[in-house]
Amino acid sequence: MKIHEHQAKTLLSKFGVPVPRGEVVFEKGKARTAAARLGTSVVVVKAQIHAGGRGKAGGVKLAKSPDEAAALAAQMLGMRLVTPQTGAEGRVVRRLLIEEGLDIKREIYLSILVGRASGAPVFMASAAGGMEIEEVAKERPEAILRETIDPATGFQPYHARKLAFGLGLPADLLRVAVPFFQSLYHAFVAIDASMLEINPCVVTRDGRLVALDAKVQFDDNALFRHPEYKELRDLDEETPLEVEASKYKLNYIKLDGTVGCMVNGAGLAMATMDIIKLSGGSPANFLDVGGGASEEQVTNAFRILLSDSNVKAVFINIFGGILRCDMLATGVVNAARELRLQLPVVVRMEGTNVEQGRQILRDSGLNFAIAAGMQDGAEKVVALARGQR
Amino acid sequence: MSVLVGKNSRLLVQGLTGREGSFHTQQMIEYGTKVVGGVTPGKGGTKHNGVPVFDTVAQAVAKTGANVSIVFVPPPFAADAILEAIAAELPLVVCITEGIPTLDMVAVNAALKNSRTRLIGPNCPGIISPGKCKIGIMPGMIHKPGHVGVVSRSGTLTYEAVHQLTQLGIGQSTCIGIGGDPIIGTNFLDAIRLFNEDPETRTIVMIGEIGGNAEETAADYIRKQVKKPVVGFVAGQTAPPGRRMGHAGAIISGGQGTAADKYKAMRAAGIHTVQSPAEIGHTLACILSKSNTKSRATTKAAWKKKRRAR
Repeated sequence: MKIHEHQAKTLLSKFGVPVPRGEVVFEKGKARTAAARLGTSVVVVKAQIHAGGRGKAGGVKLAKSPDEAAALAAQMLGMRLVTPQTGAEGRVVRRLLIEEGLDIKREIYLSILVGRASGAPVFMASAAGGMEIEEVAKERPEAILRETIDPATGFQPYHARKLAFGLGLPADLLRVAVPFFQSLYHAFVAIDASMLEINPCVVTRDGRLVALDAKVQFDDNALFRHPEYKELRDLDEETPLEVEASKYKLNYIKLDGTVGCMVNGAGLAMATMDIIKLSGGSPANFLDVGGGASEEQVTNAFRILLSDSNVKAVFINIFGGILRCDMLATGVVNAARELRLQLPVVVRMEGTNVEQGRQILRDSGLNFAIAAGMQDGAEKVVALARGQR
Repeated sequence: MSVLVGKNSRLLVQGLTGREGSFHTQQMIEYGTKVVGGVTPGKGGTKHNGVPVFDTVAQAVAKTGANVSIVFVPPPFAADAILEAIAAELPLVVCITEGIPTLDMVAVNAALKNSRTRLIGPNCPGIISPGKCKIGIMPGMIHKPGHVGVVSRSGTLTYEAVHQLTQLGIGQSTCIGIGGDPIIGTNFLDAIRLFNEDPETRTIVMIGEIGGNAEETAADYIRKQVKKPVVGFVAGQTAPPGRRMGHAGAIISGGQGTAADKYKAMRAAGIHTVQSPAEIGHTLACILSKSNTKSRATTKAAWKKKRRAR
């Protein structure tokens, strides 16, 4: 789960990570007072969306007076911000962070995530602050410092010193850098983050280290330990159909093709998308109904994938293990009746109770094409999506 | 022979009395797996569907001589269950549970080092040596004893591949679902090394997916060490970057972990790559029918030709 920058900063500051003073505003009328309250000669107006690359896209602006801040806020609230991470449709700006301007001497990059190869948290740092870390990784991989942390002993001051010296921070900054890095690591573990990124972390002219930006992603699997984070979720930042799917514990990701897919299992769902593409079509979605889907989930899954108006034909690809084919077929038939389905549906089923499942589909009198295998099914559905019968 | 599990496996079920645990224990017993006990704290001394229940893993191991456990415990408590099995020095633990917090797995991963235990999973369908022993949730009937080792990050996609093989009359020595999480106990490299050393395994099917670089690492080992033919598929060729495709580990991040990179590494290792998931069985059958040829060409060209012909 992603959260906004202002939420991340509030959260991190509770762990002792220094962040700029600031205030979040949802209405343009509030920007002037927020800027005036900060009292600095320069304030920063930052669009709050769940995507990076805001600066270059015009989502971060400086104001030299509360009036200017108010004018910028009026401009930015409601604007559609398009960054390399939002896709062409962009995101509507619904909230702004008004922050004090800082006198910046240099910028560094910091992040923590769990390394897949090591199976342990990795603290990463780079002197190239403000740059996309992926670019740094590509062009100058040696410029990224990495400390893998032993979970038994945790993040120690020597880790912090090693990183600070590696970044070329002067010795007199250690007194702020070490506690900063330690607080960051402490926060990472305490909040069950899957990713925590401070880009940039700035060194100010008066010798402070401040998190100028903050990105936090929670480990979805650990959210049960932090029920209070639920209210940080911003549904406006998510695709409506994906929000709907998450209510029924369905893994749904909207794509831009015309073949709606319903599959059990993530790997098979991806493979189904692949074979549709190989057969000359394009998938409208990723949808994994899971290993033990109930009839209700199947019905809802079907409803959700049909709500996408781009869908011209549906491919149901099920390998019944725990999920029985007869149960699935019943769910699909019920959903098709309930929704007065007009679109062509190709069903490919194998595994547990497959014969009963096929019989239920045949007996339904509905327009289902039954496929002999994945390949056959993909070809049939691609042809149907093109309007060929 | 087979790898990791077989006729001598004595299985302990952690989370035996839960819904999933009860159902799949029954299925495993019907398949012929020796289920010697279960663990549900507080229900020790009772029997559940004829299987003796113990309070702790240590007690169960002492009383039953169990040498492998399967974990059906819900996500909040699953890491604790694995750690208990490691402490009891079980040589093999298979964890089916999906949704374990990553930091819990960091702790498990640390405990696995310097332990006597190998972990398979979590978030996996388990392991099966057809005709001998099934420790997992896969449908037993689609498997057939034979000589193909199958290793995969996915569940149902593995069933798909196995089904294709069985339909073509090709049996399997062992099928291992290593799991879809970012931190797993047994990775591709471990599984392929085991298959390479197993005399009964003659060919290998490797089913990867986007995210991480475990496929690349294994491909490098295959290039250097493996003489047995390997068929490789990677799911997620059409997956958009930055999105988690169901499995927690299936995500392309920062341009890393793409299917294209994995295919490239596989081809460089001489693996017979297939672009279409429907071609896995057929490709392996082709290799078996001309087992004396040293051809390691990919089937991509063949696939394209076939498509053009249609």
